[in-house]
Amino acid sequence: MAPGLFMFTVYVLWPIVQSITLSFYDWNGLYNQDGEFTGTFVGMGNYAELIRDPAFETSLWNNFYWLALYLLALPAGLLIAIFLNQTVTGIRLYKSLFFFPFVISQVVVGLIFAWFYAPNFGLFYLLTEWVTGDGTAILADPDLVTFGIIAAGLWPQIAYVMILYLTGLNNVAPDQIEAARLDGAKGWRMLWYVVLPQLRPATFIAVIVTVIGALRSFDLVSIMTTGGPFGSSRVLSYYMFEMALGEFGFRMGYGAAIAVVLFAIMMIFISGFIWKMWRDEKER
Amino acid sequence: MVHRKAGALALVAALMLSTSAIAQDKRVVTWNADYDPIPLAAAEALIADFEAANPEIDIQLTNFDHEAYKNAIRNFLTADPPDLANWYAANRMRPFVEAGLFADISDLWASEGLTDALASSLPSMTIDGKQWGIPYTYYQWGIYYNRDAYAAAGVELPGEGGVTWEQFLANCEKFKAAEIDCVTTGSSALWPVAGIFDYLSLRTNGYQFHSDLAAGKISWTSPEARAVFAEFAKLQPFVTENHAAIDWQDAAAIFVQDKAAHYVMGNFAVGVFKEGGMTNDNLGFMVFPEITPGIARAEEAPTDTVHLTSGAQNPEDAKTFLAYMASAEAQSKWNAAVGQLPTNKNATVDPADPFLSAGFQALSTATGGIAQFWDRDADAEYAKAGMEGFQQFLVQPDQLEAILERLEQTRLRLYPQ
Repeated sequence: MAPGLFMFTVYVLWPIVQSITLSFYDWNGLYNQDGEFTGTFVGMGNYAELIRDPAFETSLWNNFYWLALYLLALPAGLLIAIFLNQTVTGIRLYKSLFFFPFVISQVVVGLIFAWFYAPNFGLFYLLTEWVTGDGTAILADPDLVTFGIIAAGLWPQIAYVMILYLTGLNNVAPDQIEAARLDGAKGWRMLWYVVLPQLRPATFIAVIVTVIGALRSFDLVSIMTTGGPFGSSRVLSYYMFEMALGEFGFRMGYGAAIAVVLFAIMMIFISGFIWKMWRDEKER
Repeated sequence: MVHRKAGALALVAALMLSTSAIAQDKRVVTWNADYDPIPLAAAEALIADFEAANPEIDIQLTNFDHEAYKNAIRNFLTADPPDLANWYAANRMRPFVEAGLFADISDLWASEGLTDALASSLPSMTIDGKQWGIPYTYYQWGIYYNRDAYAAAGVELPGEGGVTWEQFLANCEKFKAAEIDCVTTGSSALWPVAGIFDYLSLRTNGYQFHSDLAAGKISWTSPEARAVFAEFAKLQPFVTENHAAIDWQDAAAIFVQDKAAHYVMGNFAVGVFKEGGMTNDNLGFMVFPEITPGIARAEEAPTDTVHLTSGAQNPEDAKTFLAYMASAEAQSKWNAAVGQLPTNKNATVDPADPFLSAGFQALSTATGGIAQFWDRDADAEYAKAGMEGFQQFLVQPDQLEAILERLEQTRLRLYPQ
């Protein structure tokens, strides 16, 4: 227990305390020549500024869109998993092909989709040009850009959820299916009343990874748009990076304040998950 | 001798090499830089010349990746300061000057007569009446034009002194009719739009306005600022669509493929245009057209600098090298190799390069002043807010009031009245 606790303190608790402390300071990240901290204490100043910051509001909304739309990965992943859960020749190959997007790095996914959406030569642009006569450059449109990035994020996320459900489907008791079939259940009713309840552990994990994946979305925004055009596709994690470590940022305190807000939002979900796990364990 | 640092592995190698450097009985000057291959080779040539003239001094250059350097400098200046460090002029160096991390070298400026030789860069190197570094290169901004696109649209080529603003906009109509973008840009990284805005601002209201606006002294809702956006609105319909989703290099491809006629850019883009197949025959350069008649012409020329750090171990020899970097001879050589302009007025420029000659001509006759660039003249956070506003205006010109109001709020927050 002790080594674990030590690690947890040094690598988790201490940084959290430090971030929260830093969020009460105005600091540009520099120490002076003698190695002294150059920040000034501003109390709740950073938070007061956050409330009035339109860029923060945009980021918060975008995080909300991410969270809501990312959950689409669950039904989509389940659908593909059920579709692939059959025994035909070469099914292993098909399964691995469907899993493929999750194996690719997020950065590569971002680049692929950026080209897919690229004005003038991107496949999507040419497609919309062919259909509507006027090409749509998703990443240049402030109203569509976030949804374009979420779509890119869903691609690997669906594959991830699919693999979770595929392993879950392996554990579905065949005798129960058999029994349900004898009772005349099939189609939706079979799925809803017999299969899904047995998939609950897989669903639980899938919800956790999807929610956390949505909240910490950073790579795709950074690769595809760097938050643009004019900040329309920022999410909290990217805004924090921009403010604290970006070329025009180096406002460590303000960045820390954004991080604290993001942490608070994540805590809502994390405590929910922990509470549920704790309850399940007690029931046993 | 020169050390290159490419990563953690090379670091070990560098440590081993530096022990061997101690073995040689020379006074070491360390220099951290962020050069691409061509400037790096030019810097190595300068070091070789300097060491030949000063055999007792050993300049050790550690080269960083350009982007990584922006973060690295913040650490090494406090943790492990080299003697010399590369950076940029004007507001970009202010945080380091105010934290006391760059050393005051006003004495060097005085003793070497640099206030005269580097006069054009004196204002951008001065903070609190003192000089904090040596400017050794800059490059002009202006309008690069594609002669083939002019021919395709049947538009008359600009003459020696460029064109008037009315003529420029009239030409844009013709390019539009020929389905050629009159002005192209790729603003996904924001800064290219600042170049366009800066020129409109310099030509509409002059250098002092640009400087005051960047310093937060002028309201965004003032009639002068609105006048700039009024000119911006005239240009807006002729700028490449979807510029917000592409890099400046992608826009360079549009320009090279004759799908665009003009590109408001810095001289470093010439290399990219030429790689794309353009030559001195179909690539042209002109200064940005005059808008308000009679305003002294100001130009943009961002300056790169070398600084003595406060933690320098060997400031005396480092200053000797800085004096050399400031000299006409060293600047002529370095800039000739890199294709940029020397800041020393006694230095020479390759007359065979039409773009350098034109740039040297444009800058040396710019009576209005030399601006650094929006993101170097303005404070970092203010610069970013401004550039987002410029980009948004180019995408959504109908949002002008909202943009100006937001910029004004940012200004009032950063510069309380």
